[in-house]
Amino acid sequence: MKIVGRNLLRKEGMKKVSGKAQYIDDFSFPGMIYGRTIRSSIPCGEVAAIEFKFDKKGFTTLDYRDIPGKNVVALIEDDQPCLVEKKVQHQEEPILLLAHPDREKLLQAEVKISYKQETPIFDFEKSPKVFKKILIEKGDLQVGFAESDLILEGEYRTGHQEHLYIETNGVIAIPENGGITIYGSMQCPYYVHKALKVLLNLPDEKVRVIHVETGGAFGGKEEYPSMIACHAALLAVKSGKPVKMIYDRAEDMAATTKRHPGIIRHKTGVRKNGELTAVEIDFLLDGGAYATLSAVVLSRGAIHAAGPYFCENIQITARVVMTNTPPNGAFRGFGAPQTQFAMESQMDRMAEALSLDPVKIREKNVLKKGLTTATGQVMEDDCSALTVLQEAVKRSDYYRKVRTYKGTNKGIGLSLVFHGSGFTGSGEVYLASKAALELTKNGARILVSSTEIGQGTRTMLAQIVAETMGIHYEQVEVQEADTNLVPNSGPTVASRTCMIIGKLLQRCAEEMREKLGKKSPKEYLKKYGPLVITKQYEKPPEIEWDDEHYQGAAYGTYGYECSIAEIEVNPIIYGIRVNRVTTAVDVGKAIHPILAKGQIEGGMVQGLGYALLEQVEMKDGKMTNSQLTNYIIPTTCDTPILDVVLLEKSYRHGPFGAKGLAELPLDGAAPAVVNALRILGHDIRELPAAPERVLESLLSRSNIDQRALSIGR
Amino acid sequence: MQFTVNGKKVNVRAYPMKRLLDVLREDLGLTGTKEGCGEGECGACTVLINGEAVCSCLVPLAQVKGARVKTIEGVKHPIQEAFVREGGTQCGICTPGFIMSALTLPANVSLKEMQERLAGNLCRCTGYMGIYRAVKKGLKAKRGAKLVSLRVKKKSQKRKRVRSI
Repeated sequence: MKIVGRNLLRKEGMKKVSGKAQYIDDFSFPGMIYGRTIRSSIPCGEVAAIEFKFDKKGFTTLDYRDIPGKNVVALIEDDQPCLVEKKVQHQEEPILLLAHPDREKLLQAEVKISYKQETPIFDFEKSPKVFKKILIEKGDLQVGFAESDLILEGEYRTGHQEHLYIETNGVIAIPENGGITIYGSMQCPYYVHKALKVLLNLPDEKVRVIHVETGGAFGGKEEYPSMIACHAALLAVKSGKPVKMIYDRAEDMAATTKRHPGIIRHKTGVRKNGELTAVEIDFLLDGGAYATLSAVVLSRGAIHAAGPYFCENIQITARVVMTNTPPNGAFRGFGAPQTQFAMESQMDRMAEALSLDPVKIREKNVLKKGLTTATGQVMEDDCSALTVLQEAVKRSDYYRKVRTYKGTNKGIGLSLVFHGSGFTGSGEVYLASKAALELTKNGARILVSSTEIGQGTRTMLAQIVAETMGIHYEQVEVQEADTNLVPNSGPTVASRTCMIIGKLLQRCAEEMREKLGKKSPKEYLKKYGPLVITKQYEKPPEIEWDDEHYQGAAYGTYGYECSIAEIEVNPIIYGIRVNRVTTAVDVGKAIHPILAKGQIEGGMVQGLGYALLEQVEMKDGKMTNSQLTNYIIPTTCDTPILDVVLLEKSYRHGPFGAKGLAELPLDGAAPAVVNALRILGHDIRELPAAPERVLESLLSRSNIDQRALSIGR
Repeated sequence: MQFTVNGKKVNVRAYPMKRLLDVLREDLGLTGTKEGCGEGECGACTVLINGEAVCSCLVPLAQVKGARVKTIEGVKHPIQEAFVREGGTQCGICTPGFIMSALTLPANVSLKEMQERLAGNLCRCTGYMGIYRAVKKGLKAKRGAKLVSLRVKKKSQKRKRVRSI
């Protein structure tokens, strides 16, 4: 292969390093004014009165009554209003919109809202309102527990996590051609398109959504851009002017979505030799005030809850509930980081209880070809769980380090995780994504709505097309995702862009190559005129999924990853330092190795933040540390050396064998760190493993350490 | 207010407390400098003032009177291509700031020094590994040199990082 597998210059790379790449805040349009959102300051209640404490002259102001269509942000359930009518369900909920040409005046405008307060629900264990329930059953739990030598229970908790893309959410809305055009930072232009049609009561062709260079997303710009686009669009329609809305950091952190907090309870039956006989898991998620994508997050979390292991008897119950907090949403990993943190912690606790080696207990239970997952999906040739485990163990020199670290303040821990590529279950069938390839004078132009958000969409898709057509990488252009110009390729999420959209483009490119025959693109265009080839997702026949019973092939395939973390605990302040992480990951095929590795490295560091640093503090349903000063993400000084090895176990329906990859490190980072802490005697069951939690774990340990602690004092 | 931007004298009439970041972006149209947090934590808005890396969101216009300001638009250095080749830029929003900070490092910078000196710049995409590779190679390369050498990898790599299984 000449192009796939090579580290070619990323398409927009030189623009990004020279300051020429234009992000949303870098755009300006004639007559443009600025928009601002007035938000609720209570978690639950009703709006009683609104008082404008400024001169409204020169301002555009609006509320829900100005919405021409339906007052919802259309997504799955359509339960979230675009603007509060009366009922407030969470802090920072949008109530009014203001716009003004002068940003300073806009920021100074004061609106006083009085409320009739109601009692909010914050404790998600006690919430009476369930958004979605899932039950996965395999075999017979009672039989499994009866066969076991040991039954181990455990409860694990995870907190919110903020995406903290460095570019905050932002859009510009322009009223034009009797409709609306949106430029914005986003993952999914067609989600925004759908939401605007419903809100403004406009036909397809009157709404145009254009993706511009996006400064990080990680799931945080999956569903939320629909909300901000709806707001800017309403202001643009009412004022008749282009409206720019860019959140500042505090607003972005306090008002937009986060990773769902979770509680995961395990009860596991295991034989003396480490073989799993029964796996019972109860999984609870805090959805926040509205359904958004919670049902789908729950689904992915539940399907991955038993990890990449085989057990004959499994029961997974899962539910996501409502609380009066800002809605939680998509975040890289999508439910699986929560459940696999729990499963991997449970695996190490079982190994500890049975005096088994953490590697051996995993080797004993790992999924292999012919074995089935919790949903009964039969593993095929490309199941590489054992390979990644053994590779990481060897590469990190695991056993030697276990021996040398003994008795020191250094620890080493591992995690083994998997992650389904593409939408869950029948998701890809419902999406029915399309991708198109247009012949140009010089080569071909890719037409997809899959967006470049830093992960390398343009580059990797161009490599697939160039390789398939037998042309140079430079001959392939990528059209910016603009709903007027590109078909709906579905959202840019779920590790699906390379595997699903890449494959569609490969099929387009194959046909284009055939059509061209020996003619050059120029000759073909001259003789036959324009050529655009469009392909639509076709389900491979062997992928069968039963949505009602959660049975069958939940995903076309899975990526696998083993991470080994080496840590050091400061014995005085309990600060945890990660010195090195070795990761072996099966990506099917690394289309662009440096980009692929970059996804693993970057995801790993986000995962280490989730494991150790990142803590959202809530008070009265409001995030109180919505600043970079006190919400801490890893800096260069917190980041260890990352040794990533990419393994390629080809997936037959992926382009050149590629699978999804970028979510794996979010699943694996936290349990690897926590298991390293476990070896040092710190039994951590809640993320993040901040110093105070490590201290708590010491305090709860039996008598032995009480003396040591008193000395410490 | 008179000062120098990328070697050119400019005269800006604006509120003296206006943030240098906004002056650069709005009054001078230099949008390569980005805002990430507005509180000096993320370093996305880093520029050089008299050769020193500074967060332009924390500097009022009044403070740059007569100073030499350098932004990403004024940079032509092999480190830029190194950022692309080595995976030092993903979404790219932090990249201009990182490059400005990196330009203040010595050519033979050690990993530890790099970590300490770049700790004021946050990146959420790369996990910093690509940035270290880029800074190391970019600072070593001679000015004006093409970075072709970066593409050539030693064949005798002991442990291959991509392997079919």
